[in-house]
Amino acid sequence: MAYAAGVDVGSTQTKAVVIDEAKHIVGRELMDTGANVIVAAEQAFAEALKSANVREEEVEYVVGTGYGRYRVTFGKTQVTEISCHGRGAVHMFSGTRTVLDMGGQDTKAIRVRPTGEIVDFCMNDKCAAGTGRFLGAASSALDIPLDQLGPTALRAERPVHISTTCTVFAESEVLSWLGKGKKIEDILQGVHQSIAARSIGLLRRVGVEEQITFTGGVARNIGMIEALQKGLNAKLNVSEDSHFMGALGAALFALDHVLVGRAPTAGRPS
Amino acid sequence: MICTAGIDVGSTYAKALILNENGVILGHALNNTGFKLAEVAGEVYQRALKNVGLVRSEISYVVATGFGRHMVSFSDTQVTDLTASARGAAFFFPGTRTILDVGGQTMKATRIDGSARVKSFRLNDKCAAGTGAFLEKTARYMGYQTMEIGPLVATSKRQVAISGVCAVFAESEVINQLSVGSAPADIMHGAIASLVDRSVQLMKRVQLEPEFTLIGGILRFEAMARVVREQLKAEVNVPPENLVQFVGALGAAILAQRRLQKLNQPGRDGSTAAEVGKSN
Repeated sequence: MAYAAGVDVGSTQTKAVVIDEAKHIVGRELMDTGANVIVAAEQAFAEALKSANVREEEVEYVVGTGYGRYRVTFGKTQVTEISCHGRGAVHMFSGTRTVLDMGGQDTKAIRVRPTGEIVDFCMNDKCAAGTGRFLGAASSALDIPLDQLGPTALRAERPVHISTTCTVFAESEVLSWLGKGKKIEDILQGVHQSIAARSIGLLRRVGVEEQITFTGGVARNIGMIEALQKGLNAKLNVSEDSHFMGALGAALFALDHVLVGRAPTAGRPS
Repeated sequence: MICTAGIDVGSTYAKALILNENGVILGHALNNTGFKLAEVAGEVYQRALKNVGLVRSEISYVVATGFGRHMVSFSDTQVTDLTASARGAAFFFPGTRTILDVGGQTMKATRIDGSARVKSFRLNDKCAAGTGAFLEKTARYMGYQTMEIGPLVATSKRQVAISGVCAVFAESEVINQLSVGSAPADIMHGAIASLVDRSVQLMKRVQLEPEFTLIGGILRFEAMARVVREQLKAEVNVPPENLVQFVGALGAAILAQRRLQKLNQPGRDGSTAAEVGKSN
């Protein structure tokens, strides 16, 4: 049995996935990227191998992706995370035409062909507004663990309206709502709606076509899924492995190479 | 002696200043704004009064300004921060035609006429990259407090290019710069230069007419005025360091004096009363 792997070095977390020839995920690992990007990539790969019970020699090809993809020293090729998220999402949900990837520092809207090729994409590259980063800020300001943000927000009865755009100012706005005696769930729901509104703006710029697949670390947040579905008036595909979608796409590109002996599509701008 | 007070509730600091009828600044006080605006306004006013040894009943008129002006329950009237800053800047430098005010969460460029009336203005209050918050964040990413920014930049020998597009993304930029061995002082210097880039853009949009007067909390950092001077290739006025944050409060207190004169001399100087009133 031949194996292929993808390592996605994101701004906040590093993800590694090992797949078999049948394109099934056999091992995965997620860890904080931290300051040393090279070490994070190596460790995530080693742990993914361990969880797959596969030896490194058995993995024939590794593709690196994410902002730290050139630091995946053991990777044979790099592919942009845009291509990888498109590929991963179409593999997981074959009807996917639009992908929303929400990570720690950036949000990307990607339109794909049925084959997973990229038609167009749009991302916030100048401003952190509308990214997962804001959830991190809300989590520390309100002292609520990240994984509790979504469930808490869903209990909201009268969501507040977050009026500031900038993530930095929004932090102080959260505190000022707290000072005015607003309930935490109502503030958090406001936070989710504000991020959702900006993401939907991004999606509209590439053109929203169903089905829509939601990927990236923030796709684990039920509150964000609900806010997006409400705003878009459409159902989103969300996988248990949504945060591994980029790494999975990278692994699929690696497997192409193993099976066909052709180099993965590289060099798209990110 | 007729005394008035100006209360400037800004996004980051609340300021109070007491002025007498001869235009002498008797004293002032400053508090962190926090988010209980009504309470902080009362506190900072009380502290300013204590500093000058007066009680509330001895103050004839109180004008509030700043983004939290409507929360100042004890004020007699409110004026916008632009109107107040224009008065305050012209008090120090009567030749002022363009004011740059960089505060904690806003950046404002204002063009005024020879009577300190606002002719045109541009604001940035949507994005922290153009405000003091950008410098604070940059300092914090490197483990420095806001008050350490001034002394830190003073040791800089060159400036590192910081793109300054986003105060959040600045964190990764700062980490990258530190990892390639750039000195924190030079990174901070670069952050100030990128803030000044934005300031000059904003000032151009109100026509860049000299004299230029710079005000706001960021001017506590001497490097800010120096970099603006370099980029504009022109002289800039900066009020005395201990008052640079109080220009809005001073302007409010001046407008309070004028309002009183108007009330005491009915029929004269009608424009002044109208001016105070229209800014509400």
